[in-house]
Amino acid sequence: MDEIQKKILYQVAELDSLPVGAYNIRANGKSAARNSTANIEIIPKTDKSGIDIVIKENTTNESVHIPVVISETGLKELVYNDFFIGDNSDVVIIAGCGIHNCGGQDSAHNGIHTFFVGKNSKVRYIEKHYGEGDGRGKRLMNPRTVVHLSEGAQMKMETSQIAGIDDTLRSTTADLAENSKLEINESVMTTGDQNAVSEFTADLNGENCSCNIISRTVARDKSTQHFTSRLNGNNVCSGHSECDSIIMDQACVLATPELLANSTEASLIHEAAIGKIAGEQIIKLMTLGLTESEAEEQIISGFLK
Amino acid sequence: MLELKNISYSIDNKLILDDISLKIEDHFVAVTGPNGSGKSTLAKVIAGIIDPTEGSIFLNGEDITSLSITERANKGISYAFQQPVRFKGLTVKDLMALAAGKTTKIAEIRNMLKEVGLEPNDYLYRSLDGSLSGGELKRIEIAMIFARSSNLSVFDEPEAGIDLWSFQKLIHVFEKMVRKNSGNVVIISHQERILNIADKIIYIKNGRVEKYDTKEKILPDLLNSVENISQNGGVV
Repeated sequence: MDEIQKKILYQVAELDSLPVGAYNIRANGKSAARNSTANIEIIPKTDKSGIDIVIKENTTNESVHIPVVISETGLKELVYNDFFIGDNSDVVIIAGCGIHNCGGQDSAHNGIHTFFVGKNSKVRYIEKHYGEGDGRGKRLMNPRTVVHLSEGAQMKMETSQIAGIDDTLRSTTADLAENSKLEINESVMTTGDQNAVSEFTADLNGENCSCNIISRTVARDKSTQHFTSRLNGNNVCSGHSECDSIIMDQACVLATPELLANSTEASLIHEAAIGKIAGEQIIKLMTLGLTESEAEEQIISGFLK
Repeated sequence: MLELKNISYSIDNKLILDDISLKIEDHFVAVTGPNGSGKSTLAKVIAGIIDPTEGSIFLNGEDITSLSITERANKGISYAFQQPVRFKGLTVKDLMALAAGKTTKIAEIRNMLKEVGLEPNDYLYRSLDGSLSGGELKRIEIAMIFARSSNLSVFDEPEAGIDLWSFQKLIHVFEKMVRKNSGNVVIISHQERILNIADKIIYIKNGRVEKYDTKEKILPDLLNSVENISQNGGVV
């Protein structure tokens, strides 16, 4: 990998050398490095672009890194990554994609991640998206995440779009079996004339399953954002979704929550708040010695943390 | 030493502060007076949150009237809000570190939280949001002031909005602060127990300083003011 690729790899996965454990690093549409372990096997797909990540049952305290970097202008890819996580496992999966575009053509990464999480397994999934480069070509990112949680499975997703993505459609769908639990923390910042659409749909099918979605976004300049969440409560279950947005400048934010209860025992809650930074927050930080712009940056970085 | 010279402030043709001149040289000065008398406005004028319509403010001889909130903070003026500000995402540790400066070690922040009666492990990594009670927020606000090692600390009604139990703990914190003798402290309060630990008391009414003297001279009069007690439910 060249220096630009190494830099964006660090931004999305905090890697400055090959990670410990299983990994597949994809650069400009090709595998740049790959490693399987005794418990985690990474197998390239033969019918389409992407990989299968097969994690043996009872695998614990192991991690998989699958970052993607794109530095070639005009490169557009569609990648399918399927995760098969065996029962009773406890693993961390670090994904993410960074695009550096200095050219005149659009670069795009469309990643479809499908998780089959086995019974009583725990997965922590971290995904960062980042873009940079001063070319006229856009940086486009369309992640689609599909989660199937088996009985007693738990998944915690921490997804973020740090900066530099011109247009994105972030789609997450999930179905939850008995006693399973899904927790999603999303943070997105848009600037300039960027556009971000984030869609969540969770089918709470199993008895006593639960889903908690928290999305925090900041929209600056003339950027636009649209957050949609739909919780379908089909059993004795609990669902909560929360969308908090800070709006600045001439930005536009739309939040459209939906709750559907198909059971009298479904407990579903939605909260949405859109507003500018409170003046008293800025004043408070100024009384601690920060300038107005420093205060604003602190508030935003804390909010998105 | 803080000096106010002929400070007035009016808004919408209403005079809130009326030609206030005073010098604050003592370690612990309490400002009291009826609701709406201009106490909080005075505190905000000192911190730079509100610009006076007329008059000048001097800190240790330097005219700070035209300085911004940030510049005054960097001169050593701290201000504790009557209603502590909440932040989604920023943790107690984040704010304490901002208050104390970038070089502050985590052990020092822990000690400051202990000073205000908070167990660091329970609070350091909590977001300063609605999950904290009014009393907890007040004590964190005060810990931030401790962290700044200010020349002048201004507290706007620290007792407001907290229960009796939290107030008792707060009193201990201020008693400790008095003993530590670090910089000047100006505290706006209606509470006798706070007025009792002050070196001097300023009594403000209708935007004017009516009395400014030692607590021994002022407090008995205030406590005997039956009319004001019945009107305001406090000592004034």
